[in-house]
Amino acid sequence: MRSWVFFLVCVAVGAVVFAGARLVQNDYVFFAGYVVLQFIVLATAWNILGGYTGYVNFGSAAFFAAGAYTSVFFHKFYPLPIPVLIVLGAIVSGLIGLGMGYLTLRLRGAFFAIATLALAVVLQTLIVNWNYVGGARGAYVIRPESVPLIGNYINYLFVIMLALAIIAINVARAIERSQLGYGFATIRDDELAAEASGVPTLKLKLVATTLSGALMGMAGAPFPYYIGYLQPASAFALDYAVNSIAMPMIGGTTSWIGPLIGAILVATLQQWATVSISSELSLLIVGLLLVGFVIIAPNGIVGLVQDRLRGRTK
Amino acid sequence: MPERAWGKQVVISLDLLINALVAGLLLGCFYAAVTVGISISFGILDIVNIAHPGFIILGSYIAYIVNTRFGVDPIVVSIVMLPAFYALGALVYQVYYESFEKRGREALSGLAFFFGVLFVTEVVLIIVFGVDYRYVEASYIGPTLRFGFVDLPLRMLVPCVAALILFAALQLFLLRTFMGRAIMAVAQDQLALQLMAASPTRIKRIAFAISIATCSVAGALLIIIQPIEPSVGREYIGRVFAICVLGGLGSLPGTLIAAILLGVMESLTSTFSGPSWAPAVSFGFLLLTLAFRPMGLFGR
Amino acid sequence: MAEPLLQVAGLSKRFGGFVALDGIDLAVAEGERVGLIGPNGSGKSTLVNCICGTLVNETGTVHFNGEAVDGLLTHERTRRGLARSFQLPRPFATLTVADNLRVPLLYTVNARPGPSLSAADIDARCAELLRLVVLEGKAGKYPRDLTQVEMRKLELARAMAAEPKLLLADEAMAGLSQSEVDDIVGLLIRLNERGITIILIEHIMRAVMKFSQRLVVLVSGKKIADGKPDAVIRDPEVEKAYLGQ
Repeated sequence: MRSWVFFLVCVAVGAVVFAGARLVQNDYVFFAGYVVLQFIVLATAWNILGGYTGYVNFGSAAFFAAGAYTSVFFHKFYPLPIPVLIVLGAIVSGLIGLGMGYLTLRLRGAFFAIATLALAVVLQTLIVNWNYVGGARGAYVIRPESVPLIGNYINYLFVIMLALAIIAINVARAIERSQLGYGFATIRDDELAAEASGVPTLKLKLVATTLSGALMGMAGAPFPYYIGYLQPASAFALDYAVNSIAMPMIGGTTSWIGPLIGAILVATLQQWATVSISSELSLLIVGLLLVGFVIIAPNGIVGLVQDRLRGRTK
Repeated sequence: MPERAWGKQVVISLDLLINALVAGLLLGCFYAAVTVGISISFGILDIVNIAHPGFIILGSYIAYIVNTRFGVDPIVVSIVMLPAFYALGALVYQVYYESFEKRGREALSGLAFFFGVLFVTEVVLIIVFGVDYRYVEASYIGPTLRFGFVDLPLRMLVPCVAALILFAALQLFLLRTFMGRAIMAVAQDQLALQLMAASPTRIKRIAFAISIATCSVAGALLIIIQPIEPSVGREYIGRVFAICVLGGLGSLPGTLIAAILLGVMESLTSTFSGPSWAPAVSFGFLLLTLAFRPMGLFGR
Repeated sequence: MAEPLLQVAGLSKRFGGFVALDGIDLAVAEGERVGLIGPNGSGKSTLVNCICGTLVNETGTVHFNGEAVDGLLTHERTRRGLARSFQLPRPFATLTVADNLRVPLLYTVNARPGPSLSAADIDARCAELLRLVVLEGKAGKYPRDLTQVEMRKLELARAMAAEPKLLLADEAMAGLSQSEVDDIVGLLIRLNERGITIILIEHIMRAVMKFSQRLVVLVSGKKIADGKPDAVIRDPEVEKAYLGQ
């Protein structure tokens, strides 16, 4: 399928989803749906660096929160429309990704992963001590009542996140089918051989880190408006890190479909579990699923399906 | 008079400084005990076990339960629990080896695995114990030795001494015993080991099991030093890897020096800039070390 | 006399206290077929790694095609025409055999100044390379489906896909049968006839003698002989250090 056709199909599907949600006449669908869409973006973003290139990022929360706090920062200054904030969030998080990548990507993947953990904590400490954006006390962000054309503000946020999800998926798919995708795959498979074949591994790794960070920042930018009151503890919550890893690993890391499936399944499961049992138990389920899949089905759901199909054609 | 007032200020700051240094020293030795397991699993075996702090917190909670129920000293509990932690370590290594090392997937899946284990451990502890702080009771928690203006709280001194003993014991083990030397060798030349008819897998399993066993003791020391709650483990991820990398992978003496250095830096930061900056110190150290000197202060 | 294609001067490399290479000098003229032999651990692979930039040497310089390449990253050297194959094949496991060859074409050949190859050109060259190493039938297969020999041929094909001026073939023939060894030697000689300078690092003496116009011997990080193959193997130093084993 050509790329622009795929894009149109995505937009069509998105329109159907939105229309369907409107029919339900219950705002909860939009609140929950926003979260699922947000995780589609985060999981897809993580997978560009983790699944395609093979570099694990434990600090997704850092990039997400950077986007969120960029919004808070500008909101205190002068409230900007969300699409602008998204671009700003992308720039800030992208730069953080670039900077961190530049510092650590010449080292082994394991060191990079550990450095991403460090990044999340350092950033959180900086934010906690920065009173302009609320520090440890947190920051209030007042949501406008309604938006022209769409009406209800939460519907507006839902549409925004829907658009971001479509963008993320299209970016991921485009990468997969391009020369860049080959380059990423060679880095994942054998970095030494990739260099010897002429692949500029450091440059490509920086591209992956920047792109991944920017997408995560974009997902974080509308968050303060969604939640109304932003505290560092919620922006930097561990479940962002776990979910961004668990969703692609459960869905499958080799293609854009994996994070999509993983995000929808796991986020929905979590929403249901949080409401029916408890939020701690829902997190426990995600953690156990991650460990289970990583041991038993390392190629995720997509991998299982591919194996099944290949088995049948043999 | 201005001169006298200035003199008094210096003395007060000096007092604070020396106490911060001493506290940092004691803390640093404790950090060494927390890190020594990682020096083995990451420094020697090259396994990125980020679940290590999770096992430490587990040790802390076990010490807490037994201490609260039966009044047993936490350090004693940890020693009794050594075999259990050893077995747990052996089990975890076996799963890691079968699922990841054998298939060459340590880079992505192995890391995700340990992360998952860390996360599950934390969540289970939250579910079982809740997020309230827990602490233990022991005769040495409370009293403080005083030498002039230097304070030596026993609840820091005892873990410091215990940590040094643990450290020395492991160093002796690695250098003097056959198994210890085999462990050091397995890092360097697996082929030579195989030719000597020793199974590298078995040796690595033993080494990893030892590294998890140290968590039992480290956990007890942790809950003596500070009250714990499930997310405390996460603060230690940065610390242990910062110390391990700074000290030069696989070098136990380097780890001790790096640990003391970090302990002192954190203590000084906490005293003069406030405790809310302390977590950034170790993680910041880690980032800087990785960026500019990944072979550590003592590596080549 | 024309300047050598590859000029290594005074190259040394240590790992901690261990001296892997000690002041190596080596000059290779364009079009030559050089054999590099030496006992295990003598530093042959380390030398290859230093020439290609995978390892950084402490002292000494490497000049390639008239240019000093010290400090350049491996991929930059590959783009300048310096390619290598690995001792243990390192294929890209998640890419098909054909895609493995596509990578150097995209990232090396197309990265060089001049017109880029179109997608059709690239497909054609992949097919040609596969024919050259007799792997046409396996274009759509994955490296894990290949036999040992086929993996080594893929390894060589991938190095060739980068259209190098100089190819360092690191022990491409270990574990192969006699006829397979002859195949590869024949292939390498054919490549050389097309103009590619080749340094062959090998243990299999039959192959080395058949292939080399010049023989270099490395022992414990030092070069102890460098000359015509017949003369070198009769050198008493070489016999003592290496062939006597």
